[in-house]
Amino acid sequence: MALLQISEPGLSTAPHQHRLAIGIDLGTTNSLVATVRNGISVVLNDDNGRAMLPSVVRYAADGDVTVGESAQAAQSEDPVNTIVSVKRFMGRGLKDIGEISRLPYRFVESLSTGSGQAASTGSGQAPGMLQLRTVVGAKSPVEVSAEILRVLRERAEASLGGELVGAVITVPAYFDDAQRQATKDAAKLAGLNVLRLLNEPTAAAIAYGLDNAAEGVYAVYDLGGGTFDISILRLSRGVFEVLAANGDSALGGDDFDQRIHCWLLEKNNLSALSPQDTRLLLTHARTAKEQLTDHAETRITAVLSSGELIDNVLTREAFQSMSQNLVQRTLQLLRRALRDAKLGVNEVKGVVMVGGATRMPQVQHAVGEFFGQMPLTNLDPDKVVALGAAIQANLLAGNRSGDDWLLLDVIPLSLGIETMGGLTEKIIPRNSTIPTARAQEFTTFKDGQTAMSIHVVQGERELISDCRSLAKFELRGIPSMVAGAARIRVTFQVDADGLLNVAAREMGSGAESHIAVKPSYGLSDAEITRMLQESAQHAQDDMLARALREQQTEAKQLLEAVGHALAQDGALLNETERNAIQSRIDSLNGLLQQADHQSIKRGIEALNIATTEFAQRRMDMSVKRALAGHNISELES
Amino acid sequence: MQPAGFNFQQNHFQLFGLPQSYAVDATQLDQHYRALQAQVHPDKSAHLSETEQRLAMQHSTQVNEAYQTLRNPLKRARYLLSLQGVDTQEETNTAMPVDFLMEQMEWREAVAEASDVSVLDELEARLHRETRALENELAGKIDAEKNYADAAGLVRKLRFMEKLAEEIHAAYDEIDI
Repeated sequence: MALLQISEPGLSTAPHQHRLAIGIDLGTTNSLVATVRNGISVVLNDDNGRAMLPSVVRYAADGDVTVGESAQAAQSEDPVNTIVSVKRFMGRGLKDIGEISRLPYRFVESLSTGSGQAASTGSGQAPGMLQLRTVVGAKSPVEVSAEILRVLRERAEASLGGELVGAVITVPAYFDDAQRQATKDAAKLAGLNVLRLLNEPTAAAIAYGLDNAAEGVYAVYDLGGGTFDISILRLSRGVFEVLAANGDSALGGDDFDQRIHCWLLEKNNLSALSPQDTRLLLTHARTAKEQLTDHAETRITAVLSSGELIDNVLTREAFQSMSQNLVQRTLQLLRRALRDAKLGVNEVKGVVMVGGATRMPQVQHAVGEFFGQMPLTNLDPDKVVALGAAIQANLLAGNRSGDDWLLLDVIPLSLGIETMGGLTEKIIPRNSTIPTARAQEFTTFKDGQTAMSIHVVQGERELISDCRSLAKFELRGIPSMVAGAARIRVTFQVDADGLLNVAAREMGSGAESHIAVKPSYGLSDAEITRMLQESAQHAQDDMLARALREQQTEAKQLLEAVGHALAQDGALLNETERNAIQSRIDSLNGLLQQADHQSIKRGIEALNIATTEFAQRRMDMSVKRALAGHNISELES
Repeated sequence: MQPAGFNFQQNHFQLFGLPQSYAVDATQLDQHYRALQAQVHPDKSAHLSETEQRLAMQHSTQVNEAYQTLRNPLKRARYLLSLQGVDTQEETNTAMPVDFLMEQMEWREAVAEASDVSVLDELEARLHRETRALENELAGKIDAEKNYADAAGLVRKLRFMEKLAEEIHAAYDEIDI
């Protein structure tokens, strides 16, 4: 007898249009874009059939911007204007970059946006995210990354033939708040709607886990071009739960190149090379590293601008010994992650290797030896992150297939605040499952004090100076009272992207203020606006047309979501309530006929407000449903 | 945070549909946690309106908070006592038994002097055993005897043990280079 098909609550029975969503792996060395097509995650190639876009951007004097292979080809000839490995600079200040002298760029220190108060005093402002001076002016790493993302977005739009609902962008699990925010800003700048920032090892685990129906504890060892992540996950029926994450956002394949580069300098008694020669030798170092994966030795020959000939033979053995401590460092972080997860090596069922740098035999060997088992290599370490991101994007876009999974990820670094004596007090410990929040009460130190300053940091160390400063902000307008009488409740909320938001409330008066925490290494609103304008001019795009298109898309999505909710749970509303929502729907539908993005935006806001109570009731009902037991469709299996 | 309009008036136990006791069925707790997150996690509403996304974040945060509280024996005890109106006075009440304090000092010295991982392994195993013993005692005080004053004293002791565990954890990271 045929079984009746009863869909899960929350799952639309009406066939709806497949929403186009993409996953982007924004890598240090290469970037990729993937999508789910006919239920299968596929990487989208460029016109020449290439999947990987080298993460290289070149700025030409005439304003022309090239991205990818052609930019990469010019890197030795025009190193100052050809930006490679820009990911290492995201959300970073000048002092964070250790190898400045060995990089062929002209860095610019820009001032912090972290503290609005400090800006008015003029002095004592902390340095902000660095910039790179090119032939067309100073460029923020956010702008450079946006160029890469824009190419991938255009590739996807051309390939999929329609408007994208949104994108999942991957980030290293160990990226801090400033680096995550910078990545999200870059995506917005590239005209992408960010559905979620997803941790790279988690994306890989999704691709691997769903493909192999994996169950148990898995480790994902992700050594990319510039970052290292280790994540420990528990995979069980439909749940991906990250137990611990650790890593180093400044350790990757590039560092192995640097070791060879230094070796070449030493061998040939070279010092203070020109940017061209530095880039030339780094390129040769990278080739040599790749050669040593399959060969016992490799020969490096190059002619410097002075005419000097470089000709050295590097053996695999010598390379392994000069890079040994880099591999050891990854194992140390691995042990920490396992300790945080409270697991022993023998409890790990499989090790998934991700990132091109895991092709190096010494890495494979060290990881295999550590776990006492061969790492899993039945997936392409270059593509698995993009494939996983696309699968998650498809889910987030609402293309539900019925066999949903739940992803529980963590915040990789503790969040803390500065207390007396320059010490850190942790408010949200590392490896807390997100979203998470913590409320902390503060009081005044002096009589009549009406303002206080709060300094938020990220990191594990006890001294504030050893942690990364995320933001400093001032709470003003505290009612004048005796010392210790005012009670200010500050709430730190970390969302599902791992980004921090802060809200403060004076408990006596109940006055609430939301503080937009600008990361010290972030961008100001003014900077973002300038970048948007410039990029629109550059693309000869019409800002207004773009704004209108964005609002129309958003309005359509909202109308669809509300329509769906009404069809499903309309019974939760009485007639008056339903009519109120319906009139907002009608008015937004009317506004959509006119081409004014401002009024559409207001219509969206009005509908959002009108449906708040309805959304709350729906949420409550789904919670009750969750504990009420199992639904009929589950009983079939 | 207690977001506006958040109408979970229930306590953490009610939220998870579990009896209000120190003894908790861990399997059931895990299952209910996952069932709840499967409904409220922000990933489920990423394609919905801004309002639904915001609500999802608040609800999911609350479910995480409740789960972390109930899963951890010390937090669970502290929370149960607070529901009974009992303050555990962990910051204010420093009157600990002398032998307990002496033992704590010895522990700390041993952790500070530990120079290799095997010593830490041993210390951790011992700490684990003694923590378990205190937790068993606590279960009796709360669930069977309903002696909340004694229970608060045990919570203060367990807080010491937790700090010690944190120190051991940090010592591992120090030694392991």
